[in-house]
Amino acid sequence: MADKLQNLADRLGAAFGDRIVKLTQALGEITIEVKPADLHAVMLELRDRPEFRFDQLIDVCGVDYIAYGQDEWITEEASWSGFSRGVTGPSTGRLGITGIYGVHEVKSSGGRRFASVYHLLSVELNHRLRVKSFAEDDEFPVFDSVVDIWDSANWFEREAFDLYGIVYQGHPDLRRILTDYGFVGHPFRKDFPLIGNVEVRYDPEKGRVVYQPVTIEPRVLVPRVIREDNRYTDQAPTGERPNG
Amino acid sequence: MAEFRSYTINFGPQHPSAHGVLRLVLEMDGEVVRRADPHIGLLHRATEKLAESKPFIQSVPYMDRLDYVSMMCNEHGYVLALEKMLGIQVPIRAQYIRVMFDEITRILNHLMWLGAHALDVGAMTVFLYCFREREDLMDCYEAVSGARMHAAYYRPGGVYRDLPDKMPQYQPSPFRSEKDLKYLNEARQGSLLDFLEDFTNRFPKLVDEYETLLTDNRIWKQRLVDIAVVSPERALALGFTGPMLRGSGIAWDLRRTQPYEVYDQLEFDIPVGTNGDCYDRYLVRVEEMRQSNRIIKQCIDWLRKNPGPVMADNHKVTPPSREAMKDDMESLIHHFKLFTEGFSVPEGEVYAAVEAPKGEFGVYVISDGANKPYRLKIRPPGYTHLAAMDEMVRGHMLSDVTTVMGTIDIVFGEIDR
Repeated sequence: MADKLQNLADRLGAAFGDRIVKLTQALGEITIEVKPADLHAVMLELRDRPEFRFDQLIDVCGVDYIAYGQDEWITEEASWSGFSRGVTGPSTGRLGITGIYGVHEVKSSGGRRFASVYHLLSVELNHRLRVKSFAEDDEFPVFDSVVDIWDSANWFEREAFDLYGIVYQGHPDLRRILTDYGFVGHPFRKDFPLIGNVEVRYDPEKGRVVYQPVTIEPRVLVPRVIREDNRYTDQAPTGERPNG
Repeated sequence: MAEFRSYTINFGPQHPSAHGVLRLVLEMDGEVVRRADPHIGLLHRATEKLAESKPFIQSVPYMDRLDYVSMMCNEHGYVLALEKMLGIQVPIRAQYIRVMFDEITRILNHLMWLGAHALDVGAMTVFLYCFREREDLMDCYEAVSGARMHAAYYRPGGVYRDLPDKMPQYQPSPFRSEKDLKYLNEARQGSLLDFLEDFTNRFPKLVDEYETLLTDNRIWKQRLVDIAVVSPERALALGFTGPMLRGSGIAWDLRRTQPYEVYDQLEFDIPVGTNGDCYDRYLVRVEEMRQSNRIIKQCIDWLRKNPGPVMADNHKVTPPSREAMKDDMESLIHHFKLFTEGFSVPEGEVYAAVEAPKGEFGVYVISDGANKPYRLKIRPPGYTHLAAMDEMVRGHMLSDVTTVMGTIDIVFGEIDR
């Protein structure tokens, strides 16, 4: 199994050379990172070259890396002052909420923000690969669509567009898919609040359903905590960011 | 000859054979479908976003509610991903229990599918037959987890608890005669395994019953044969997995090709179709039920002979026993930490897939080392199948739309997430 993985990694390196920005081999899986400019060409070769034959695109997934590695609870230095009881400020779980001071700004994680992750499977050769690409522009993330390579990309790209606002150039029908008709915003972005922005209710005076700003308060029941765990020393955080 | 005009109709979102909440916009030319545009998302609950705000363990019950007719298979995909990241070894007995319940789930799912599919096409009786057997299997769910459907039985590190020694029995009631009660409790005298064994002995005959009603039925064949033919090449390009892919003649089954748990030690066959039409997919699924029955039998034999732990004893991840908590300080601390903060998963990303009854159910987790996932992506099998709806119904009649919907085996819990 490990041989097979190494073998695939070698062949990937030989085939694409420096078009692969980063090749990671972890937990029995291979991830390659490519630039958005190379994405379409690399994908086409991955499907057609006899040594790869990735005939299925299993999944396309958008990721928003903006709050990566941010926690909500001080663990190391807290002993002097005691632990806080709850999460109140504009922390990860409360990003983007509109308070009396306006919208809480998103703290940048100092790297590129949006990624598109593809999971490929070769039924013929029985291997898998993950291809990752980071968008150049955080404000307007664009990738080339792979619908012309695998038809199954169609709905997955629509989903990533809907939930993250990632634009896939060349997609035949880039509409929203999972959210409501007329929905505003991209709900899976980290700066979109979990409680949403609007809620619906029936208005007896107008005799119809109306939208109004949410009336509930966001709460974080269990704070987000990042712990350095010495059980995983061999895979301990290297300090380098996946989106850096 | 009457003149036909092309027009657009709405199929759903409240149509009994839309299997939940599908709004299908159909462009018709007379009675022939020219284009189908499924509008989904009416059941979107943002499971993935909710999971980002919760400790890992609290998302297990969300998985049940994705594909709500194959509950434990979804849990399986999720815990498999976590175990891969945490690097925990699951005790062998727990692996057998998981495989057994995966197959029970597969039968549950296929029975639901068969009943609903037949009902859509116009055969009422099969539905009643299927639900009779589903009841028995749901009792097994209830016996191990306390819940008939949303079990939350699989946990990272194993399963919640061992199989019960005693199968729950029906209680006397003024609405049930003594004779009925005796009949109902006949198979429930022993343990869960005894009950299941009795079921596996009965089940092949019951599948024969369904087949008598359908397989050679003239109406059934008229409605299914040569409907929605998908070639192997197209099936791959459209991202089909599971019975949809096998119906097109590609022998691909994760249980065999990328085995997880103990599937590589069990004997079963993988049925494939030849024509790639609805009828082949029907035959494939019916045969899968028989094969699942075979796997359950083997698991029962193994589980009878080999007692042992069902949960890993790494108490950084799995809760310690109640007894240990009473007199051991460390266990108490572990318990407290696990149920307040939860366990932290090392930084990294992982994709784990299981062969769910509908196809490949995958879970992609990105962790930044926190007690909550940074990103959780669920790859539902039905999503790609429904995306191919347009291609499958084009050129068919309106009445075939329900057949195609039945053959896809759609459940909106997983498609909309």
